[in-house]
Amino acid sequence: MGMTIAEKILARASGRERVAAGDLVTVQVHTTVLFDNNFMPNNWPDVRRIDHPDRVVVILDHRVPAPTIQAAGAHVTARKFVERFGIERFHDVGQRQGICHQVVADEAYALPGTILVCSDSHTCSAGALNCVARGVGGPDVFFAACKGETWFRVGSTVRYELRGHLRPGVTAKDIFLHIAGLYGAHATQNIEFGGPALAGLSISARKTLATMGAELSCEFATFECDDLLLDYLRSRTSAAFEPQHPDADADYAEVRVIDLDTLEPLVALPDSVVNNSRPLSEVAGTTIDQAFIGSCANGTLEDLHLAARVLTGRQVSPKVRLIVTPGSQRVYLEAARDGTLAQLVESGALVTNPTCGACGGGHMGVLGPEETCITASTRNFKGRMGDPSSRVFMGSPATVAASALAGVIADPRRYLP
Amino acid sequence: MRFSARTWKAGDNINTDLILPNRAFYLTPQEQTQFVFSANRPGWSDLVVKGDILIGGHNFGMGSSRPAARSLRNLGLACLVAESINGLFFRNCVNFAFPAMECPGVAAAFVEGDVAEVSFEDATIVNRRTGVRLLGKSMPAELRAVVAAGGLFPLLEQQGYIASRASA
Repeated sequence: MGMTIAEKILARASGRERVAAGDLVTVQVHTTVLFDNNFMPNNWPDVRRIDHPDRVVVILDHRVPAPTIQAAGAHVTARKFVERFGIERFHDVGQRQGICHQVVADEAYALPGTILVCSDSHTCSAGALNCVARGVGGPDVFFAACKGETWFRVGSTVRYELRGHLRPGVTAKDIFLHIAGLYGAHATQNIEFGGPALAGLSISARKTLATMGAELSCEFATFECDDLLLDYLRSRTSAAFEPQHPDADADYAEVRVIDLDTLEPLVALPDSVVNNSRPLSEVAGTTIDQAFIGSCANGTLEDLHLAARVLTGRQVSPKVRLIVTPGSQRVYLEAARDGTLAQLVESGALVTNPTCGACGGGHMGVLGPEETCITASTRNFKGRMGDPSSRVFMGSPATVAASALAGVIADPRRYLP
Repeated sequence: MRFSARTWKAGDNINTDLILPNRAFYLTPQEQTQFVFSANRPGWSDLVVKGDILIGGHNFGMGSSRPAARSLRNLGLACLVAESINGLFFRNCVNFAFPAMECPGVAAAFVEGDVAEVSFEDATIVNRRTGVRLLGKSMPAELRAVVAAGGLFPLLEQQGYIASRASA
């Protein structure tokens, strides 16, 4: 039998002819991304030596600009680390700021056929770029940063064969909610995305799907490489890379076909996205206090454009706080230049600086007791975005924007031309 | 690695935010332990006695990469045996030297409070009350060696990559 994309990349990086599900492999790590949490006193191991500083990227994102003295202290430690080891790819608070997974995509730090690790669970985001990437533990990233290697258990692979086209008002987030609702967790499995619909799915849409792989507990979520991705990468980097394609006789645990034309907007109920999706019509009318669009899953320029299309010419309900957090300064600047930010603000949205922010309940939109939020971000665990008694529904940026207008969970298609 | 102790039970899809909530992020590792399951089982962390064993359900530890396994270890739990363990959480069990084993059927085989005998060498768990013996999935020898060494930080310390740490 042949190999899947993930198996091929893992085989190359471990110096083996082939790998198969069940193997434990030691691989070369091409890129290690550190972020502010790694530099907090209770996580930071006081690094003394690094074998390959050129493979390390440092991006401050979870709590930026520093909302607390502790966060500021972690930033100070990070800057000293960057200076000591001469890390060139550093995204400090300020002009190069962004959520690490958005920055990795913006700057093409993840390359096809390579391996990237970071101790944030949504690192699988870089799978949109034909990269084998995953969230690992804090000690794992320091091990990878210091020694340039890590271990992986090779999982079996489920392939999603995407066909057709999304209808207006239906987005990549709805594809995810469809998969999560129907198939649930993918623990110990890799997810591979391919099929004829790929040509119509932007890199941003792919990034949403790959990022959300973390919520399915998959090992890796990796997209096939096509011309759209090659064009994207060549406009951002001159680095050499070798895309990896699945073998025609790759050994899949299962191949699942999804016809995008049949999908409708979906919403996940609070506390989990696993087997918890409902047609929007079932929860429409639920009163909300806050609406959030942002995170490494939905902070792209395309997400902001979609929200603006729903909002333009209308006003957010006075009973709702709509918070929009662009994924990076690059996204923020592009949205400022093309007028998107003005449209959002005119409609009553609060646009924050790029950061993980409200998604993780760290700052910039923490929920109070008994409050209800609908979010286009990554995760809706109990208490994730604030008080344990708060409720978090999850939908697409279009659904969130429509709900912010209506003051209740609402169908975006009534606002889209 | 062999353990024999009273068991506590946790359900399916126990996530990292329940083990280590956001509001405990900046506390010391030892202070973080009192927040374990504070949202779903308030007061439980005070009941755990050093050496107790935790029995989990499916996809134990789903969620983020935060050092939640460290909190379970520092709370005094000897080990985790669960129906299945989230891949990222399992990495952190290795990283922070918290022995963890997947064992289908374990949730149904134990009532909370039963005494368990766990052997990581044999990948077995025995319920001393019922006599039921289950075979789990053994942790690969390479990873067991990391756990035996005390986790990844002691290894990096021995090799001169990080400074010696008073606490981990």
